[in-house]
Amino acid sequence: MNTLVSLLAASCTFATVLMFGTLGEILTEKSGNMNLGVEGIMYTGGIFGLIFTYVFEQTFQSAHLLPSISVAVLGSALSGAVCSLIFAFLTVTLRANQNVTGLALTIFGTGVAKFAGEFMRHKVGGFVTLSLDMKNVFLYSPMPDYLKNIPVIGRILFSQTIFFYLAIVLAIFLHCFFTRTKKGLYLRATGESPVTADAAGINITLYKYLATVLGGAISAVGGMVYVMTTGGATWNETSLSGIGWLSVALVIFCLWRPLNVLWGAILFGALKIMYLRVVVPFFPTELYKTLPYVVTVVVLIITSMRNSRDKQPPHSLSLNYFREER
Amino acid sequence: MREPIVRLAKRDDLKRRYIYLIRVISVLLALFLGSIPIIITGNNPITSYITMIKGSLGIGMGSIASFYFKQTIRETVPLLGCALAIAPCFKMRFWNIGGEGQITAGAALASFFAITYAAKIPHIPLLIIMFLAACVGGGIWAAIPGFFKAKYNTNETLFTLMMNYIAIGIVAYLQGGPWEGRKGTQQIPLFNKNAYLPTLFGLHIGWIIIIFLVLFIYIYMDKTKHGYEIAVIGDSLNTARYAGMNTKWIMVRTMLLSGAICGIVGFILVSGQNHTITSNVANGVGFTSITVCWLAGLNSFVMILISLMLAILTRGASFLQQSLGVPSAISEIVSGILLFSMLGSEFFLRYKMIFRKKGGKA
Repeated sequence: MNTLVSLLAASCTFATVLMFGTLGEILTEKSGNMNLGVEGIMYTGGIFGLIFTYVFEQTFQSAHLLPSISVAVLGSALSGAVCSLIFAFLTVTLRANQNVTGLALTIFGTGVAKFAGEFMRHKVGGFVTLSLDMKNVFLYSPMPDYLKNIPVIGRILFSQTIFFYLAIVLAIFLHCFFTRTKKGLYLRATGESPVTADAAGINITLYKYLATVLGGAISAVGGMVYVMTTGGATWNETSLSGIGWLSVALVIFCLWRPLNVLWGAILFGALKIMYLRVVVPFFPTELYKTLPYVVTVVVLIITSMRNSRDKQPPHSLSLNYFREER
Repeated sequence: MREPIVRLAKRDDLKRRYIYLIRVISVLLALFLGSIPIIITGNNPITSYITMIKGSLGIGMGSIASFYFKQTIRETVPLLGCALAIAPCFKMRFWNIGGEGQITAGAALASFFAITYAAKIPHIPLLIIMFLAACVGGGIWAAIPGFFKAKYNTNETLFTLMMNYIAIGIVAYLQGGPWEGRKGTQQIPLFNKNAYLPTLFGLHIGWIIIIFLVLFIYIYMDKTKHGYEIAVIGDSLNTARYAGMNTKWIMVRTMLLSGAICGIVGFILVSGQNHTITSNVANGVGFTSITVCWLAGLNSFVMILISLMLAILTRGASFLQQSLGVPSAISEIVSGILLFSMLGSEFFLRYKMIFRKKGGKA
């Protein structure tokens, strides 16, 4: 029982990372832009979140909750926004192929992150890491004690970091935005059929830019959350690898719906974490790690076989829109 | 209503000089932007670039020059091979981003024969069997998403992407399980020498295979009926259907071919380069080669140039790290910027901007 509880708690911690990565990518993909640079974006988010916090701590010698976390979020979101701005400029304005641009962004982003990490290591003369006080700031759980003390649920759901709750709020917000607001409808129209949206007078370029840049910023926060929580606030350039791709998989698994991310991310988190904690007899751990991808493939196949309209990717996903080319 | 400040029109009158000019400008721009991180580390970008080129091509390095040059060729071979494999898919507008997985799958099946039968089968037949096994492994891995795309219109970009990680996971399992050498090492031991690709000029003959593939893909795409069918599907699926082509079969067939070539790359990697297999055998080649293929405009000869350019960057950067202490991740940054600026430059080749004349009215 105890193992199970700690396993689920760890899954939720890891799920937080995926939630940010996935929600950002959902926002991007809703506009019809498929940004395959999430991997690179999360990398830059991870390192710049850490560097900003590190510099902040060195300058002000303080570890207060709100300023520290804001600085970390700001640093990571900025880096993600810059990366996805490059993507948006190339694909929306210069009409470059989205798949290729996304992959180039992954190469670029991981490169920048590794470079920055290595550069900081030289500067600092050792591993870039935060003080214990600062580390605890990022592990602090905001929930009141009586909630934390509820058996089982308290440890799983109410002892998480601030980011976990932020991600939940964000998911609900995005859900309401997509389904309840006019702007959300316009955004979805842009992703489904830009021709129609354009004819209706929606500013396609603006929506695509905003969704891509904000989406990138959100995804990047995921990278920062990983470094600060699971990663132990130290830069290790290999530990982040694959998380961006896992987020892309989760977008499909959740059928582009923000609310599905809440449980989807925990499930993926559990699949990813479980092999570390529980030894399943007769089932090798390495095959275990591929489960999220296998599950995603199955979802992808089933939804395309059923061909039900509300479970499809945005209709013009990864296609660029040229008004002049019709 | 007034005319917009800038409007775009398709270009069809392209002078050759103009194309070269834009390409050269985009490369120079990339080198210029790429020099920013070099300056941050306190080095001179121009000497750094010269060091990179010298280090990767082995210029002025005396007796070890050929070693460095060979390293660069070793880097080029898989990149070029995989780019060639992807070209037919992209021509068909089938976004195969599963090169990584197809390489791994091909490498795994080839390794199966290298590990189990190396002592029982003579050298040349063994290599042929491994070669064919790699084709089958990669081909099947690619044909699965191809089949579902053809039958149910399943999104191939996402499907092939997922297949990468499944293949990598399976090899990781083999590495720590059935094929593990000494228990606990998590490593597959080096193959029997019987399973090594022979060498020519001190370099495994993978590069000769790749040169054949360059010619093959060129002929296949430009001179055969298959290539024509692929081009028609890429332009308009409906046209292809009305023309009576069996579009579903063509899709699966093209994916089989593409996967098989990726598999060959995997075979070259395990048999010629690493002499063993790890889950990291593809090492990002499947992704980078997509950019190579696209930037070359799917032209197999231009791919040689671009893959060589990226290989020079990679090898040059690792040399730069040894000699000047610049982090070797600089190669990824410069490659990324190079890809960005080349992708962006295509815009200026395809469209021309028409600026509003003073006081112009629509």
